[in-house]
Amino acid sequence: MGISAHDVTKRFGDFQALDRVSVDVPDGSLTALLGPSGSGKSTLLRIISGLDQPDSGSVVIAGRDVTGLPAQKRGVGFVFQHYAAFKHMTVEQNVAFGLKIRKRPKDQIRARVHELLGLVQLGGLAGRYPSQLSGGQRQRMALARALAVEPEVLLLDEPFGALDARVRKDLRQWLRELHEQVHVTTIFVTHDQEEAMEVAQQIVVMNEGRVEQVGGPRDLYEHPANRFVMGFVGPVNHLGDDELVRPHDIEVMREPADTTTRAMIERIVHLGFEVRVELLLDDGRQVQAQITREQAEDLGLQAGQLVFVRPSRSMVFTS
Amino acid sequence: MPSGQLFTRGLAVAWLSVIVLIPLAAVVARSTEDGLGAFWTSVTNPQAVAALKLTLLVSVVVVLVNAVTGTLIAWVLVRDDFRGKSVVNSIIDLPFALPTIVAGLTLLALYGSKSPVGINVAYTQVAVLLALLFVTLPFVVRAVQPVLLELDRDMEEAAASLGAGGLTTFRRIIFPNLVPALLAGTALGFARSVGEFGSIVLISGNIPFDTEVASVFIFGQIETDNVTGAAAVSVVLLAISVLLLTGIAALGRWGAKHER
Amino acid sequence: MSASAAVATPGRPSRIGLRLVALGYLALLLALPVGLVFYRTFESGVAPVWEAVTTPEAMHAFYLTCVMVAIAVPANTVFGVVCAIVLVRHRFRGKNVVNALIDLPFAISPVVIGLALLLVYGREGWFGGWLLDHGIQVIFSPVGMVLATIFVSLPFVVREVMPVLREVGDEQEQAASTLGANGWQTFWRVTLPAIRWGVGYGVVLATARALGEFGAVSVVSGKLVGRTETLPLQVEERFQRFDLTGAYSAAVVLALMALVVVLSMNLLKPKDRKV
Repeated sequence: MGISAHDVTKRFGDFQALDRVSVDVPDGSLTALLGPSGSGKSTLLRIISGLDQPDSGSVVIAGRDVTGLPAQKRGVGFVFQHYAAFKHMTVEQNVAFGLKIRKRPKDQIRARVHELLGLVQLGGLAGRYPSQLSGGQRQRMALARALAVEPEVLLLDEPFGALDARVRKDLRQWLRELHEQVHVTTIFVTHDQEEAMEVAQQIVVMNEGRVEQVGGPRDLYEHPANRFVMGFVGPVNHLGDDELVRPHDIEVMREPADTTTRAMIERIVHLGFEVRVELLLDDGRQVQAQITREQAEDLGLQAGQLVFVRPSRSMVFTS
Repeated sequence: MPSGQLFTRGLAVAWLSVIVLIPLAAVVARSTEDGLGAFWTSVTNPQAVAALKLTLLVSVVVVLVNAVTGTLIAWVLVRDDFRGKSVVNSIIDLPFALPTIVAGLTLLALYGSKSPVGINVAYTQVAVLLALLFVTLPFVVRAVQPVLLELDRDMEEAAASLGAGGLTTFRRIIFPNLVPALLAGTALGFARSVGEFGSIVLISGNIPFDTEVASVFIFGQIETDNVTGAAAVSVVLLAISVLLLTGIAALGRWGAKHER
Repeated sequence: MSASAAVATPGRPSRIGLRLVALGYLALLLALPVGLVFYRTFESGVAPVWEAVTTPEAMHAFYLTCVMVAIAVPANTVFGVVCAIVLVRHRFRGKNVVNALIDLPFAISPVVIGLALLLVYGREGWFGGWLLDHGIQVIFSPVGMVLATIFVSLPFVVREVMPVLREVGDEQEQAASTLGANGWQTFWRVTLPAIRWGVGYGVVLATARALGEFGAVSVVSGKLVGRTETLPLQVEERFQRFDLTGAYSAAVVLALMALVVVLSMNLLKPKDRKV
């Protein structure tokens, strides 16, 4: 059950968008495809949906091999970054579209649309046109439209990419709650690691048309499989050629101790509860340490001061 | 759905072939049916040459007049404000909507032998010019107007704040931005002028070696059953059209590239 | 002079001067001649005009003009939309050639178009002889006139619909397909409603051209009064017979139809479209 893509390859001219990619998404899970632009994450999503066809490889949805089937026969719900609202239809007509195509009885359609508009909190706006809605409302309408036909899987392509920062934050949480209510197998594409960490149960990190690592948010952060994943899912410092350290894994001390290095504080940036200390090491390397404000005050840190630092935990990736 | 796509694509291509391509191919085939020598003889027939010369000459004048008046009218419609502007704006399209034969009749009423103002240009080359100015009026106006409308006023204000006067601002700031649209509009007007028939027939008198334009000449050759001669001159007009369209398309690509 | 006052809008006197030149040009070239035709037509009352437009020949010309429009415009609408979709949404070799071909009817002399049809469908033409043997007369009959009308009005719908299709994009169509709609359902429920204003504008422009076409139709019609004579042809025929009232009357009927077209054009102008 769930979704599995096997050995999927896709080229656009000279560009290798996907190179033998295999991904398994458990039934009922909420999975993120995370990667920089050009990593192939959207292409993979479109191939799963049937909007694009792979050059080779196969796609199985809920135990059914759907490779080669057009989008309309796959039973997927798809949500586009720019909503793809039907501009000439009201909110109600948008949501009812898939049900009308399936020729469901009128009263059944009305009941289902009503229920879904309640679910996405658009109950009072049924008669509006998309042009009269805000971006966040349009995207919730698009979600209700995708869910109306009771798809086996829900696919979201950068669903919050076109929204401003605050609406994004609200919708992330809302999407997670919604997933708990409807429990449909869901994949969403994002280039924002924070979004992926916050919303998804499982994250597939992609880069240059390949899968770099699959795992839970904590897994990826604490046990990144390689240099790329470590750098992509959070901030890193480079110590030596192969040693990578997260800023909060750097200890800052006033006195020298075992394995410490001398450093000068260039700048202190206050981030609310935490403080970012920008340091210049003796060998000319720049590193950043992240400590709590309390620690910083206890140490009496100031710009221009000399301190001693050492990594409490680092990862080594031999290239 | 590749099969559905193939079907619609085939439909489109078939339709174009039946309506446009095959008939035009017939003209080209007929013009050279008796060999290239006969084609050349037909094209260099003095009456044909005179007609082609007049057509091109008047069309060039039309282009020049349109470039000036069309830009002026567009400017007045966009930047000026007066009562009845929307009415004026609508009648610009009249030459597109009015049948060409009616246009000719219309001009003849005011500038013909029964002119109430005493101006009689009927059966002269001026009449040909007048008819062509009438039917090509909207091209430049409608090409330049939207560009002028979209033009960023900030640029002009910046120029003014840097000390440029009204005329300098127009010459250095507005005009360069209008050039692609102006060229496209005048080229379309030129193409229309070269082929125009209906509006000219009544007012020009169709006097060979004087007021006979190319399309009227071709019509005369068809009437007198010299179909090959008609086809030969048609091919010349056809070549001019193709050349102009290619130019306009290139201009469009060039304009798109230089935007932003 | 302060900077803000110098903005490219010239001073008041020259602005009014430019306005007068523009309006004067339009008046002399457009408004006065058209107005005069109306005046001349109704100079001696409505009765002679009514008489001129209700003769059997005039009625037939009006009827035939409507037939031309009624066949050419729907045909070009259907194929115009198909061509626009093919040119905007499909990728194939030779697309540029097809794209260029569509504009040809705009740029070619109507007389050349008439000649082209003559050479294909005339007695001596490529298919004309075969068709005549099977009882189908194209040239000197309304069939050829319809073909000519279709030819000259072919580009309008395509050219109006193409930019709208591009503007709308294909995301809505993709959304429809993920919701289970097949190609046909997507076209009727999503694509067509999205491009309806463009189609409408194209139809109006094509109608104007079809109503008034003279040159191409003139070549293939044979100008048989009461049989292959449309209103524009009748204007010329009556003028050549020195029946000025008759010519003016037919012209006024056409001009009124053109007026309706201009009004619809302004209603459908892209800038006024909402949603």
